Amino acid sequence: MPGDADETIEVPLYDVAHGRAGDKGNRCNMSLIPYRPELYPVLAEQVTEARVLALFAHRGATRCTRHDLPKLHAFNFVVDDVLEGGVNGSLNLDGHGKTHSFRLLGLTVRVPRALLEG
Amino acid sequence: MGREPDHAGIAQRTRPDPAGGTAGAMSAAPFLVGNGAGFSGDRVDAPIPVVRTLVARGLPAALFLEVLGERTVALAQLERRRDPELGYEPMLERLLAPILADCHRHRIPILGNFGAANPPAAGRLIAALARRLGLPELRIAVVTGDDVQGSIDLGALAVHEADASLPADAARLVAANAYIGAGPLVEALRQGADVVVAGRTSDPALAIAQLLHHFGWAADDWEKLAVGAACGHLLECGSQVSGGVFWDPGRKDIPDPADIGFPIAEVTAEGGLVVTKADATGGVVDLRTVKEQLLYELHDPAHYITPDVVLDITGCTLEQLGPDRVAVRGLRGRPAPESLKVTACFEGSWLGEGEVSVAGPNALGRARATAEVLLERLRRRALPVRARVDLIGVASVHDSDDGALWRGYDGPEPPEIRIRLAAEGTDRGAVDQAAREALALLCCGTAGTGGARWRVTPRILTRSYLVPRALVPTGVTLRTAREMN
Repeated sequence: MPGDADETIEVPLYDVAHGRAGDKGNRCNMSLIPYRPELYPVLAEQVTEARVLALFAHRGATRCTRHDLPKLHAFNFVVDDVLEGGVNGSLNLDGHGKTHSFRLLGLTVRVPRALLEG
Repeated sequence: MGREPDHAGIAQRTRPDPAGGTAGAMSAAPFLVGNGAGFSGDRVDAPIPVVRTLVARGLPAALFLEVLGERTVALAQLERRRDPELGYEPMLERLLAPILADCHRHRIPILGNFGAANPPAAGRLIAALARRLGLPELRIAVVTGDDVQGSIDLGALAVHEADASLPADAARLVAANAYIGAGPLVEALRQGADVVVAGRTSDPALAIAQLLHHFGWAADDWEKLAVGAACGHLLECGSQVSGGVFWDPGRKDIPDPADIGFPIAEVTAEGGLVVTKADATGGVVDLRTVKEQLLYELHDPAHYITPDVVLDITGCTLEQLGPDRVAVRGLRGRPAPESLKVTACFEGSWLGEGEVSVAGPNALGRARATAEVLLERLRRRALPVRARVDLIGVASVHDSDDGALWRGYDGPEPPEIRIRLAAEGTDRGAVDQAAREALALLCCGTAGTGGARWRVTPRILTRSYLVPRALVPTGVTLRTAREMN
């Protein structure tokens, strides 16, 4: 039975958005781009700076800033001190932190079921 | 051989001479900016379809290759210390050999930071290649001035950004280069260069220079320069705007990932910008790929700082005009910064890495025990290193130095796990000893341990400064391949 129009469902961001990570020193930026523009306000409400910072707490991240780009329907997250010293100092295989976009895409959000279909 | 090889297999066309090109007769037609490399290590055959497409379009065009990452110039400087005729992009000849004749014949200038730590030597290599290809009249411009090692007293400058672990030791300085802007590149094109060989430039300058030269835009026309900066930013990483590090099988599929077409931008005198890619290649250019690259390595979207303009993309909008064609609009520019960024690279510590594999029943238990034993060995030997262990297949790239993720992992057992030890220190011998602890596991490890590898590599540390432009004079030397014999 299909649910009513207001029903929401919990999904990983991966199901509704894409993104890419890059580095500059010990700072990582990650874009987050919903496939459907209608999801932009949903993500704006739920994918907060605090939640993204918490995702990288084990790495010693100290700050997360979200830059909103409503005309592009995209977000840019900048996370400070997350790269264990950056590519020159990190012991990590991925010193650039390019794989972090997919850690972000593992975060879950509740989205209207209607926006998942079609 | 007197004959000019035509590797692209395209009939010769008449095209306007970009050396004489400023605004005027050509202003109605778009100018094509092609990119053939996004980093040192990119696919060496990528420029061929780009050049083939530029030739087929028959429009004024130029090609740029971006191959110089932040630390690449330091590695190149170390090469130059070993051999004074090295220190440029190691793949330079492989990149240029298949396209040089076609670009010369069709008057498509090639710009690149492939000079790395030694632009004059790169110029000589290109001259020799041109003579072998029967192109003695190829005009090669060498841009110098970015290398400020010795000419600027870095100790007198305020530090802009630095690696935390960097000791203040001038004796360990390897390279110091300013990110120069489009100015000297425009001068090289004005003098009629077929190839512009630069060292460190800002990446977008390699595109901005083509547009300033072709359209005759004023160097303080910030709205136009913003278009140039966005063009450069979108193209500078090559395939990243046309499907590279975008494709995700089953989710974001692209045609033929084994042959992703590198990007081409169509720019008009009025500042119109359309991103597309080489014909008859794989990959895709759509709203998703352009958005990902537009935000790549960007922090504040209102202030993307280049030596030539500060780009603001907060008003940017995109439109898919057709297959693999995206229009980029609403770019804004603010005046260029007063100072240039100089990045200095220093010899850092040593990094040792050692790896072994386990597979099959109890792989997870054996991998965890192996990790603990590796760390215990370093403790018992009191080796002066900072170390970490990864369980590749369980948690590694997303993990922290203390292994928080693999220690807390309670998921299913993977069929195979690779255990990696990484150790860093200033004593090369101690780092090597640490890495060899992984090798020793071939006999001392858990049952069924195999596939040992270990290595020790030097590290580079960087520190950047902001310096007044007046401290970074640049020069352009233009000669033909024949004259450089």
